[in-house]
Amino acid sequence: MLDELFTISTLVGILHSCVRLATPYLFAALGETFGQRSGVLNLGVDGIMLMGAFFAFYAVFEGHNLWVGVLVAIAIGVLMGLLKAFVSVTMQSLQGISGIGLYLFGLGLSSLLFKTLIGSVEGVSGFRQLAIPLLSDIPGLGHILFNHNALVYLAYLMVPLSWFVINRTTLGLKIRAVGHNPEAADTLGVSVNGVRYATLMIGGALAAVAGASLSIGLQNVFQENMTNGLGFIAVALVYFGSWRTVGVLGGSLLFSLVNALQLWVQALDIPVPSEVAVMMPYIMTIVVLAFTARQIQKPAALARSYERGE
Amino acid sequence: MGTGQSRLEDQIVYGIAGPTGGHRAVNFRLNAPYVQMYGIVKRYPGVLACDHVDFDVRRGEVHALLGENGAGKSTLMRILYGLYQPDEGRILRDGAEVTIHSPTDAIRQGIGMIHQHFMLVDTLTVTENVALGLKSSREPLLDLGRVEVGIRELSGAYGLQIDPSAPVWTLSVGERQRVEIMKALYRGAAMLILDEPTAVLTPQEVEELFVTLGYMKENGYSLVLISHKLQEVLAISDRITVLREGRLVGTVPTEDMTRHELARMMVGRDVMLERTRDDEIDVGDVKLRLEDVRAQDVTGQPALRGVSLSVQSGEILGVAGISGNGQRELAEVVAGLRPISGGSVEMDGMPITDWTTARRTESGLAYIPEERMHDGIVRDFAVSENLVLQEHTSDKFSNGIFLAFDYIARYSRQMIQDFYIKTPDIRTMTRNLSGGNIQRLILARELSRRPKVLVAAQPTRGIDIGAIEYIYQQLLEQRDTGMATLLISEDLDELLALCDRIAVIYEGQIMDIVDRDETTAAELGLLMAGVHREKQ
Repeated sequence: MLDELFTISTLVGILHSCVRLATPYLFAALGETFGQRSGVLNLGVDGIMLMGAFFAFYAVFEGHNLWVGVLVAIAIGVLMGLLKAFVSVTMQSLQGISGIGLYLFGLGLSSLLFKTLIGSVEGVSGFRQLAIPLLSDIPGLGHILFNHNALVYLAYLMVPLSWFVINRTTLGLKIRAVGHNPEAADTLGVSVNGVRYATLMIGGALAAVAGASLSIGLQNVFQENMTNGLGFIAVALVYFGSWRTVGVLGGSLLFSLVNALQLWVQALDIPVPSEVAVMMPYIMTIVVLAFTARQIQKPAALARSYERGE
Repeated sequence: MGTGQSRLEDQIVYGIAGPTGGHRAVNFRLNAPYVQMYGIVKRYPGVLACDHVDFDVRRGEVHALLGENGAGKSTLMRILYGLYQPDEGRILRDGAEVTIHSPTDAIRQGIGMIHQHFMLVDTLTVTENVALGLKSSREPLLDLGRVEVGIRELSGAYGLQIDPSAPVWTLSVGERQRVEIMKALYRGAAMLILDEPTAVLTPQEVEELFVTLGYMKENGYSLVLISHKLQEVLAISDRITVLREGRLVGTVPTEDMTRHELARMMVGRDVMLERTRDDEIDVGDVKLRLEDVRAQDVTGQPALRGVSLSVQSGEILGVAGISGNGQRELAEVVAGLRPISGGSVEMDGMPITDWTTARRTESGLAYIPEERMHDGIVRDFAVSENLVLQEHTSDKFSNGIFLAFDYIARYSRQMIQDFYIKTPDIRTMTRNLSGGNIQRLILARELSRRPKVLVAAQPTRGIDIGAIEYIYQQLLEQRDTGMATLLISEDLDELLALCDRIAVIYEGQIMDIVDRDETTAAELGLLMAGVHREKQ
């Protein structure tokens, strides 16, 4: 039965799923990268994803355009990012705890809204597969890389874009400085809090789009807690990727590959208990974190709130 | 000093570069005041940090600001740099009153400050550190190429050798300081405040710094040097302002002053910092011996690579070296706070390599740690609690279960008296004491036990001259009664004043051990930089 896994068409199918399933990881982890590079750990990504997933879904469910759904998600994500920024930057609460609070808030509110506004699990027609002319005709590779919906392409575009913003713009320089030595940045007139608000809003927007990519891109339904902790894996991916966009890309693909395998194992009826298969990404998260706990590239001021000393 | 009204003929045309760098004070008149401060008052609860202080800096001068810790010199300059707001007083730049609310305001007024603790982002390159916070010529994109050209121009003009593309973490302390100066110059500063700039430098680096400051002075820059080192103030400044306890003692031309006169102005009485050794005293048995000791630092990198040295009874062995060459680990290894990965440690002829810290102290080891606020005391303990911290389980202070409070109180009062610890009460929280008094407290605790061996790591760093004098006196007295002292210090003057022999540590190895009477600061400086004696 295992040989079925190794036919060409199955492999192409698995890799296609891998590329596709990396979408929410990429959005969420790239967003988290912005926050962490500026020194703020946001554990609330999953809550923001759920809110983004719900609002995007709800907008589409109510008959609006898919892109309107994405925009609504972005708006909600920015608001959630602002909330996180207010609590951990302005009020200087412990970043880990306030992130968990934000997660629970997003989880609860999205469930409540779902129950009151929609009530039962419904489907919508989400983003369609958009085969890129010519490129998608390449045998095998074409299907793997160039036969996806718009949000998938967008997620991969975010990788070089994020790299560029962090490494080639004045905002990026400020982000890197604030994450490593906020005191030094402050003495040069850089607004530490301003930069952190900005990165948390960017991170919020991207996390919400990650949620939308599930509810109106990959699964096209909304369910309570439909992320299943994917946002927490995204946080882990930032550590895994050593705070680099390329590293985040690698980590996202690795995790989505495990995910894809898990789906195909179930689809092909290979006798592995489905619970074990489903557990794989989470086990990997723990293993990965255990081995990347100490990182030199880690922003020195990560999870430390900044207060100007007298 | 004038009245604060700058006369018309002092008004001058000058050009300060914008934030893009380039050209600076072109047309200046020497001796025209650049910045004047009048009647500056800064109050903190219970303390008058600055009490109606007047201060001015001219163009093209090096003005030293001298005073003990807590004299108000840093406070005064932080006010000028916009970090603190004064409660009273006026600040004028080029004769016109200005208000400075933040460092950004100060930079706009052409005032830059080089902090003692560098404000650099380690992971960024030199160029990125300089560009940070500045408008780019092609916002929102960075324009590092252009910044780099500016850096190269400036480093040529002022002898500031730096590689613009090097990440800051790869640079030496002296190079980092140059980056700090570069940051200020690039922002168009016409005046630089340098807060204890030589504290972290080797003698050679100090010389290079002074050369740079000389160029800058010739080009019309105003330089303020905050310092408590008399010799360097005398060597480089044009005028000296002395502060004591927040008050202005006076501003004097440097050429009229001697070291002793300055010390008297600073402390308010005569000070003896010279060595008072009767060379009759016998050096006795070896009390502390390290053989080929190897150890790692916190990150697991080798920090000590085979250190061998021995200290005899009645001797002070100094350890000189630039910060971060294994001194911290050396002190911790002897104190038993850091495991060694090779070699052996002996005290009084006994191998103590595997002994706990407690057993070492019971057997006669005393330790004055480098981070006194962190490792030397418990900040939120009362003075009396810190005084008995080491021996609180001994019969003197407890009966095995309960502490003997009455005795501890009596003992503490005695210690406060014997070691001149200035504290309102024995129950005062230790964190509220000054650095000098905390060090006296640690000294009281460690020395009252009559130790055989003392390890003192940077015992006078950041301490005022009065307390330093006392510490020196105590170290010398204990030495005369036969204590063996390992004195780790970055202050060469201190080592040359106190030690009998000086070991120079470089990258975890002892470069050489020299006799105090047969060496010079210059020779030690080269050894500290890793240059062997034969090659000097």
